[in-house]
Amino acid sequence: MFRYFLRRLAYTLPIALGVTLVCFALVHLAPGDPISAVLPENASASVVQEIKAAYGFDKPLPLQYLIWLGHITQGDLGTSIKTGRPVAAEIGPAIANSMLLAAASIFLAFVGGCALGAVAGYTRRHGVDRAVTAVAVTGVSLPHYWLGMVLIVFFSVELRWLPATGMGGPDLAHLILPAVTLAVIPMGIIARSVRASVSEIRRQEFVQTLYAKGLRGPQVLLHVAKNVAPTVMAVMGLQFAQMLGGSILVETVFSWPGTGFLLNTAIFTRDLPILQGTILVLAMLFVFTNLLVDVLQMLVDPRVKRA
Amino acid sequence: MAAALALALPTADARAESVLRVATTLSDVPLTTGQASQGGEGMRFIGFTLYDGLINWDLSRSDVAAKLRPALAESWSVDEATHTKWTFKLRPNVKFHDGSAFTADAIVWNLDKLLKRDAPQFDQAQATQASQYVLNIASYRVIDPMTVEITTKSADAVFPYLIADVGISSPARYKEVGGDWNKFAMTPSGTGPWKLDKLVPRERAELVRNSNYWDPKRVPKADRMVLLMMPDPNTRVAALLSKQVDWIEAPPPDTLPRLKEAGMQIVTNIYPHNWPYQLSYSEGSPFRDIRIRKAANLAIDRKGLVEFLGGTAIPSEGMVDPKHPWFGKPTFKIRYDPDEARKLMKEAGYSPEHPLHVKFAISTSGSGQMQPLPMNEFIQENLKAVGFDVELEVLEWEALRARRRAGSDAPENKGVYGINNSFGYWDPDIGLIGTAWSKMKPPAGYNWGGFSDREADELAAQAKVEFDPAKQDAILARLHARIVDQAMWIWVVHDLNPRALAPNVKGFVQAQSWFQDLTPVYLQ
Repeated sequence: MFRYFLRRLAYTLPIALGVTLVCFALVHLAPGDPISAVLPENASASVVQEIKAAYGFDKPLPLQYLIWLGHITQGDLGTSIKTGRPVAAEIGPAIANSMLLAAASIFLAFVGGCALGAVAGYTRRHGVDRAVTAVAVTGVSLPHYWLGMVLIVFFSVELRWLPATGMGGPDLAHLILPAVTLAVIPMGIIARSVRASVSEIRRQEFVQTLYAKGLRGPQVLLHVAKNVAPTVMAVMGLQFAQMLGGSILVETVFSWPGTGFLLNTAIFTRDLPILQGTILVLAMLFVFTNLLVDVLQMLVDPRVKRA
Repeated sequence: MAAALALALPTADARAESVLRVATTLSDVPLTTGQASQGGEGMRFIGFTLYDGLINWDLSRSDVAAKLRPALAESWSVDEATHTKWTFKLRPNVKFHDGSAFTADAIVWNLDKLLKRDAPQFDQAQATQASQYVLNIASYRVIDPMTVEITTKSADAVFPYLIADVGISSPARYKEVGGDWNKFAMTPSGTGPWKLDKLVPRERAELVRNSNYWDPKRVPKADRMVLLMMPDPNTRVAALLSKQVDWIEAPPPDTLPRLKEAGMQIVTNIYPHNWPYQLSYSEGSPFRDIRIRKAANLAIDRKGLVEFLGGTAIPSEGMVDPKHPWFGKPTFKIRYDPDEARKLMKEAGYSPEHPLHVKFAISTSGSGQMQPLPMNEFIQENLKAVGFDVELEVLEWEALRARRRAGSDAPENKGVYGINNSFGYWDPDIGLIGTAWSKMKPPAGYNWGGFSDREADELAAQAKVEFDPAKQDAILARLHARIVDQAMWIWVVHDLNPRALAPNVKGFVQAQSWFQDLTPVYLQ
């Protein structure tokens, strides 16, 4: 098991290096001037040059990449052009905020998705299966932005039960609407995956054997659940990792100061250090979340280990 | 459940003191160190709340264009011989928020912060923000503890306007935080009417009243002002309707009926804003022909556009609004006259059947850009009716700004004959001198297209060195009349800067300015 873990960990190193390269290249090859957002309206050529030099944008791109790589290996992600604050200090709280939202959303998505998927996969009635599938497909298809606005109009503007924006202290009241909005798509995806797995596993011979041995429905369900777990974990891992990246739309609609909001701001202001740093940290979080999921899957399902 | 949740909201405890909650269009708190970032809105909410300049804007009236008034300097004068040495007599007994005294040394220290690269307090972020205001400063010195002298590189009658945008930070607080601007940003100290109490990046800035403010008339009426970052316009509207905030900036026009229905106050006023197409005079541009420029100006149904914008704008008749002291007496009346436009186009050899193809660079959004996509499509149809075939090159806001800074001769602007970049006219430089003077092509000024006219050049040069404000206004009025008669740009509308306020927000006077004074605002 330890060797398996080490092998998976070793895979992440070239991935990490590739991520730094792709992330640097994407950010720098995109059109626009990296200092445009901080440049005064009528900056002279000498002022432009001075500012470029101050931020190190006057050097050739490969050199800029190597300097940046050197700094990040020492844990220094640079300084935001726009705010002058260290990038790490900007990303840290944003990730914490997105993580809070992601945790709440994935919890809702997990509970809702598993319940819907299990009901659909377990029931022999076509009507129930179709109804649940319709709900799941609707969930996957609903645009976040639209749903967020609808929830705000209904629960904040009309009923005035919940705040429309911000994250408060943070507190539960501020969390509910963005979490529900963000949970709808993964809930649909989890429901569909669970439904497919449950339905497939229920057809397997060992389930018939369990019934033949006299086990009751709930006991058989427990066995089915154990077999469905790796699939659910894999889907959840991916969804959770994706959520950590924050949702630009949901976080902007709810003014939730997470990584999506941060990225959105950085994109529109060409704040390259923030963009590079955030993309890198998120990509690495994604890689490590997947690694963690792989390890957990192996612990739950010995077949993975043997493979 | 609703009651329990409501308790968790800040609205409940916020009522214990008088708290004004403002939803800005910003996505992050502007720089709080002295020289606010993020343009006019940054200056409005952070620059002029926490800090004063030597000179401030007078934002106390809504019926006239905002002018300058003494602030940290009680008076100022320029040397009659050279017109380059400015002497500022400072206001005594002014204290920074940290309690330290404001003296002439603080002015020199702050200018070093922006201009002297080897000074310990030099701050690139602030220097970048202030560079357009301090570009012409050659030197400065303390004459006595209450007098400072600033020498400019060339005579510049616009200098007082520029220095009004330079905020003065506390040297004592900088020392206290160990010479770290990042720490200073979290506990800033200026001399302004508000003090920063709390800053949460990308979320909020909480300002509290500076009870010891040197101008008793401008001590804030509210105890606290919470500035919330809400870039999404619909979210701002929802926040106001759900009583989560008391004030929102820039509600979308289509939400105004709903806001009015809910009893909200919609406040608007003219301010130095214009939504134009800056035209190219580069080789090959059809707009080198005045008939085509005039035709384009006559082709636009501005009243229809204003209606489409829910009445949140007024038609432009030039760069500045008709009531502005710089409007003058142009002979070319900018109006909707498609027949006259078609006639001019015919004279130039074009018609709706044989249209003139022109490309305009526009943005999807941006500061002062209003509703750029539908507005451009509206105008595209108007122009089509008189013989233009308009191609719109849609860019992201920062990309459009970069195109503007490059000037129309730049390779990236080849084939682009107009740029839809909103503009201001809060000072003579940005409004008229820098746009109309042929030597002010980028990067020297704002003359994107390279407009060149001998009479305009002479008037711009005169205005730049006329130090009597009334005489300067008169020259600027002649300059404005000249550029309108030349149809220098296609001027479309002036935004009315709509804001929506909760019914209990009182005392706000919407100045004719990009900046606003929030000190008289209170909650009933």
